[in-house]
Amino acid sequence: MSARPDSLVLVALLAPAAVFVLLAVVAPLRRSGRLAALISIAGALTALGAAILAWRNLGEDIDVFRHVWAWLPQHEGVLATVGVLADTYSVKMLVLVSLVATLVQVYSLGYLSDEPPAALGRYYMYQSLFAFSMMGLVLAPNFLQLFICWELVGLCSYLLIGFWYRKASAARAAVKAFWTTKAGDVGLLIGIVLLWRMTGTFDFAELEVWAGSQQAGIAGISLIAFCLYLGAAGKSAQFPLHIWLPDAMEGPTPVSALIHAATMVTAGVYLLTRTAFLFELAPDVMTLVAWVGAGTALMAAILACAQDDIKRVLAYSTVSQLGYMMAAIGAGFANAGFLHLLTHGVFKALLFLGAGAVIHAVHTNDITRMGRLAKSMPQTAVVFIIGTLSLAGVPLFAGFLSKEEILGAVLAGGLTVPFVMLAVAAFLTAFYMFRVVFLTFFGTADAGPKGPAYEEPVHARGHHPHDAPAVMTIPLWILALLSMAIGILFMFHHEEPQFESPVWLTPAAVGVGLAGIGLAWLTFQRRSIDGDRLASAMGPLRTAAHAGFWIDDAFLFVYRSVLLVFSRTIGWIDRYVVDGIVNVMSAWTVMGGGRLRRMQTGRVQDYVFGVAVGVVALLIWLGGVK
Amino acid sequence: MGLHAYLFLAAVVFSIGLFGVITRRNTIGILLGVELMLNAVNINLVAFSRFHGQTAGMILTVFAIAITVAEVALGLALVILLFRTRRTAIADQIDWLKG
Repeated sequence: MSARPDSLVLVALLAPAAVFVLLAVVAPLRRSGRLAALISIAGALTALGAAILAWRNLGEDIDVFRHVWAWLPQHEGVLATVGVLADTYSVKMLVLVSLVATLVQVYSLGYLSDEPPAALGRYYMYQSLFAFSMMGLVLAPNFLQLFICWELVGLCSYLLIGFWYRKASAARAAVKAFWTTKAGDVGLLIGIVLLWRMTGTFDFAELEVWAGSQQAGIAGISLIAFCLYLGAAGKSAQFPLHIWLPDAMEGPTPVSALIHAATMVTAGVYLLTRTAFLFELAPDVMTLVAWVGAGTALMAAILACAQDDIKRVLAYSTVSQLGYMMAAIGAGFANAGFLHLLTHGVFKALLFLGAGAVIHAVHTNDITRMGRLAKSMPQTAVVFIIGTLSLAGVPLFAGFLSKEEILGAVLAGGLTVPFVMLAVAAFLTAFYMFRVVFLTFFGTADAGPKGPAYEEPVHARGHHPHDAPAVMTIPLWILALLSMAIGILFMFHHEEPQFESPVWLTPAAVGVGLAGIGLAWLTFQRRSIDGDRLASAMGPLRTAAHAGFWIDDAFLFVYRSVLLVFSRTIGWIDRYVVDGIVNVMSAWTVMGGGRLRRMQTGRVQDYVFGVAVGVVALLIWLGGVK
Repeated sequence: MGLHAYLFLAAVVFSIGLFGVITRRNTIGILLGVELMLNAVNINLVAFSRFHGQTAGMILTVFAIAITVAEVALGLALVILLFRTRRTAIADQIDWLKG
């Protein structure tokens, strides 16, 4: 059977959409909980199957299958279309999205087993909506559909971060995520409209043809590219709009794995990959993308070292890895960034789900309260270490090649300083991830100042931490095996990158990773280096990292000192100037009316007299005219 | 006598009626003034009808007289109602429309 890829991806897109509509409309089904979950998983599985088939049937890399319908008609022709675009990028991304979505939905059955049925049904309804919107975004053949789905995934992110909406911090985090990404989305919308004014089309294929006929640096393209980048920076948590992602960890862990690690946050990277032809016209914006990406990668890596919450470490790690991808795109090699997007999606989902299994077992996020969990949760420990090795860029694991390719791309792009920043970030990545591993799964009984969590009274009900049920471990194993399979596959078969890397790059990339692992081992396992002294040696950097580099405070300061002052000024002008003018006008009207009313005596004879005088005057006037 | 004499008479009667409407303090007096003005119009109609040899004016006059009767009945009823509610028939004191 060889169905056309465009029909297959359409099936993949519509399966979760149908599930969402079903769960949204049929309330008893939604409230049934488990049944709703199974239906949703069936939808995701259908999507996964269709996506894999589409990938197999796609053929050569240059093949593009489109299926579009007219949506908004205009005077001559069509203003906007909806449909699907199946090419090598979108189909690979589709496979990633549907794979992680399916595994996360299966995993959630175990993770959220304590939820009431109605909440579980609501969760799966949102999950299906997310799967549909994310696939719609990936498959969008034009900017308009992309933007709509872009907002829909933002909505799903908001709904799922705030899934436990009775918790004040979760509700606040949801709002913060929504507003911060919205700040970028305004830029994206402006960029799309400006681009449409310039070219008269939203369609990616037409835009690519248009871009091919233009010189780099034509007037106005820099602004457009910057606006598009703003949207991508908000979604993909680039400095300084990254502040929402660590807080987004308030949501359930499977949601963090799916939305805030593997798929939605990579939408910005995907957008830039998809529209790389536009960014090539704006080299200045490309440089900005690379520098901000590298800066974000380094900054987030430093911040991740200072976190004690396992999910926040992973969140900052995600921000850092997104910075890597952006840096590669900024260097002009979108392929390298996209490759890292795919591998990162797999192993970061694995890490989050592994962290979820740990949290599920010990009921805390604090790594200083965990320790020696490798004994009680051997399976989780193994898969988590596989994910960590992938992220650290150790050979034979998924992250190794894609990360090295990014380093090579940035170097080949002539960006030496960002390259150094990324190399330092790679060292820190290995360090902070193995810090988590050693503190969580190994270490000693006096693992931290507060001791292991399972000695806390909460778990004294004869309830020792143990591996999660099969419904949670099987997705973990699938992702772990995939991480390794991808890594090993790359050893044998990998298409040559479009650039030359120096021979010392591979040893250097592996070296910094191993150095980071070594330092973490010495500090947190052997304890031959005192962690506290290491931290205090960092001096002000430590203080800054614990405060998140004061970026949240900077936003607050801007809000209070600029925005509030500005709006108070506007408010004063409105109250006293605009309202003043209006009040004076109305006072004059009232006064004039008060004077004019005295003409009305109310006596009939006065009116009759008026009429008579009027008639006489008319007669005289008519006589005069004649 | 020519047409002009009749028209002159009608004008005089109309003016007297108008003067009465404007100057009379009693509402019944005002109604009488209105009657005079209507009759001035009737004189006009009859005079034109007679001198132009058309009967339409006569018929219209008959209608006008009939309607005037109804109007007087209605007007007097209003005056009586006014008197009952306001205890007065003096036009100056009836100024509900005063602004």
